[in-house]
Amino acid sequence: MFRVTHEAIDLSELVRYVTDAEAGAIATFIGTTRNNNEGRRVIALDYEAYPEMAEKELARIGDDARKQWAICRMAILHRLGPVRIGEASVIIAVSSAHRDAAFAASRFAIEEIKKTVPIWKKEVFEGGEVWIGTQTGQPFTAK
Amino acid sequence: MKVRVKFFAILRERAGTNELFQQLPDGATIADLWRQLQRDHPKLDVPGIRMLYAVNQNYVSLDHKLSDNDEVVFVPPVSGG
Repeated sequence: MFRVTHEAIDLSELVRYVTDAEAGAIATFIGTTRNNNEGRRVIALDYEAYPEMAEKELARIGDDARKQWAICRMAILHRLGPVRIGEASVIIAVSSAHRDAAFAASRFAIEEIKKTVPIWKKEVFEGGEVWIGTQTGQPFTAK
Repeated sequence: MKVRVKFFAILRERAGTNELFQQLPDGATIADLWRQLQRDHPKLDVPGIRMLYAVNQNYVSLDHKLSDNDEVVFVPPVSGG
């Protein structure tokens, strides 16, 4: 399961999805919204995706992980729209016969997401907002 | 030929639209399309931005030759997670 969604995402749904009789391990990773970034007080993160391609890239990450490690099942859900402080923006779950593969594949997945998946976050902070990752340097201040 | 260009994130805001259709001469590349878009929408020029280029939901290089009805996205630096 490799999806983006505007709904809140639920760890237990992913764990259920990757549960496998052949697996002796399930590793999960949850990315959450932090209340501060580079000295700014963050109110929320607002995520946007190119949804068709984002899901295709998430599935590609799953395929690449499967080539490197003996995985039973894998799921990645990325949330879109405003995500409030402390809420999950992304959840990864991987099951495998032995724990090393599940840990390694989940780590690989989050690093790849940050490199290639067409998802962007706008940080809404006290005093303005800024697209993260634009490398323009200057946050756009509130109008 | 005509291609569909979709905009996301900072480029969507700069373009002031989610998508547009662009007429191009045969043999035009991603680079040609970008030059034309920048002429029509000067705000698309974000200083220092490093983009990736996607055609029909696959990453391609700047010299990729476009075809009629292609869906093109100029991908600003991603920041999922």
